[in-house]
Amino acid sequence: MAILANKKIVAIGDRDGVPGPAIEEVVKTAGGEIVFSSTECFV
Amino acid sequence: MNSVIKSVAYTLTHAPDLVIHAGTTQTTERIVNPESEYLVALPKALRKYEDAVNYPPNQTYIGGMTPADLEKISMPWYENGTKSDRFGKFGEITPQEELYLVMQICDCFDLVMLEASFAAGAAKQIESHPLFTDEIKARIKPGTEIAVIENEVKENGAEGLYHDNKLVGCVKKAHSIDENLSAHVILENLVSKSTSVISMMNLVKNSGINIASVDCVIDCSEEAVGDMNQRGGGNLAKASAEIVGFTGATGFDVRGFCAAPVHAIITAASLVKSGTYKNVIVTAGGSTAKLGMNGKDHVKKGLPVLEDVLGGFAVLISENDGINPEILSEYVGRHVVGSGSSPQAVITALVTNPLDAMGIKITDVDKFSPEMHNPDVTKPAGAGDVPESNYKMIGALAVKRGELDRTELPNFVTKHGMVGFAPTQGHIPSGIPYLGFGREDILEGKITRTMIVGKGSLFLGRMTNLFDGASFVVEKNSGTTDTGSISEEQVRSLIAESLRDFAKSLGGE
Repeated sequence: MAILANKKIVAIGDRDGVPGPAIEEVVKTAGGEIVFSSTECFV
Repeated sequence: MNSVIKSVAYTLTHAPDLVIHAGTTQTTERIVNPESEYLVALPKALRKYEDAVNYPPNQTYIGGMTPADLEKISMPWYENGTKSDRFGKFGEITPQEELYLVMQICDCFDLVMLEASFAAGAAKQIESHPLFTDEIKARIKPGTEIAVIENEVKENGAEGLYHDNKLVGCVKKAHSIDENLSAHVILENLVSKSTSVISMMNLVKNSGINIASVDCVIDCSEEAVGDMNQRGGGNLAKASAEIVGFTGATGFDVRGFCAAPVHAIITAASLVKSGTYKNVIVTAGGSTAKLGMNGKDHVKKGLPVLEDVLGGFAVLISENDGINPEILSEYVGRHVVGSGSSPQAVITALVTNPLDAMGIKITDVDKFSPEMHNPDVTKPAGAGDVPESNYKMIGALAVKRGELDRTELPNFVTKHGMVGFAPTQGHIPSGIPYLGFGREDILEGKITRTMIVGKGSLFLGRMTNLFDGASFVVEKNSGTTDTGSISEEQVRSLIAESLRDFAKSLGGE
């Protein structure tokens, strides 16, 4: 998790996988900063 | 009494020229990169009608083979098709020429023009089609000279209709400045209407229902019908019902991205269960925008463009007849505003919450049908195997809840799932494609219960970041009917009446 600490993160989530807001939560708890987050539908 | 799944129809329509001219991947590419290698290579990567008919996932969708049959065929499936029939037990695969004719049939404002010889050829093709009634055929209009059509496309903003890359007709704009009635939008809406009509025609045949006894039609496709004052005003349902001849039916549209079909079935089931209506049809036509959606990846990897068909379905939901599978509308799954978006939260909301309310386990559901996207299409495009990943998530939650041993997870995917076989047409794969097989499997005693799960990407409309989803369970009929059973209230009334009679007889003595 330390690899995300103090990093600026771009999160692209997947509707049928892990969506953006879920990735955001993980990044926040790992000390990273979300600069852009989106969920995409690939189907 | 719960309402029942009385009958189901599934149709596909082969539309290779609409891939080029109406699919958004292609229309976007023509704007941003008009000289692209993809656009040059695309026409040669399109399949012939026969190839689309012989394609195993397409045959599965229309009921020409079962998902279990499909699973036995080696992937990639596009390399392993065998000669197949246009008609399956649930529906058919319509060729593009007939689609254009049905669009003209569905056009109530003289917006569709077809070249005279092309129109005559298409009309001849449907002469022997068993489902086109005289009333529907009477809507066919005479053809037009090609010079008039060419002029409409060049000078008046009409969308050309092409067949074998040759101009054979056009769809005119319906307003001089309103972009909601532009030729492009009218084309999209007419295609959706036409493919819904074809699906409902097949449903009438499959169910044998008297068309006068259809009370309500609900359209759950993804198109917005309306003008500049009410974009998305809708009622594609009633417009389509008119063409099929459901003169006794009202109608309305349900929208909710790819989750709309599940919301629509829940709505229909509740309307019938409450006694408001006896027979409700849920229908959806196909989406031109999604044709060739992953075409760039397919062409880059030397595949044919597999997203060359428009999907459609129609489901008849009726009063409980004591035979057909019941929709358990008291136990629907709902992804609510506060559900959260993690995979665990989503599966909890859609799968385990309703099962907990029913007092059963995940493993008590014989088959799950979530997002039945064809992996032949999605895997080469990098989107993975969508149904398989959904099954893994459901199975993982079963392990977490102690309902399944971890070592049983691979078996869970096989036993409680199936391979995806639906075209990537948004709302079309959303759980519903298994409803026909599920109904049959329950009637034949192969399974007792199935859960249909739909998911919608609300964030695509930029009004919320929320995701959506809904689910419902279909179960073997308990065997009692509306007419054959007696309610608690009726029992009380009978006892009261008997006691009154008894009291009177005592008074008389």
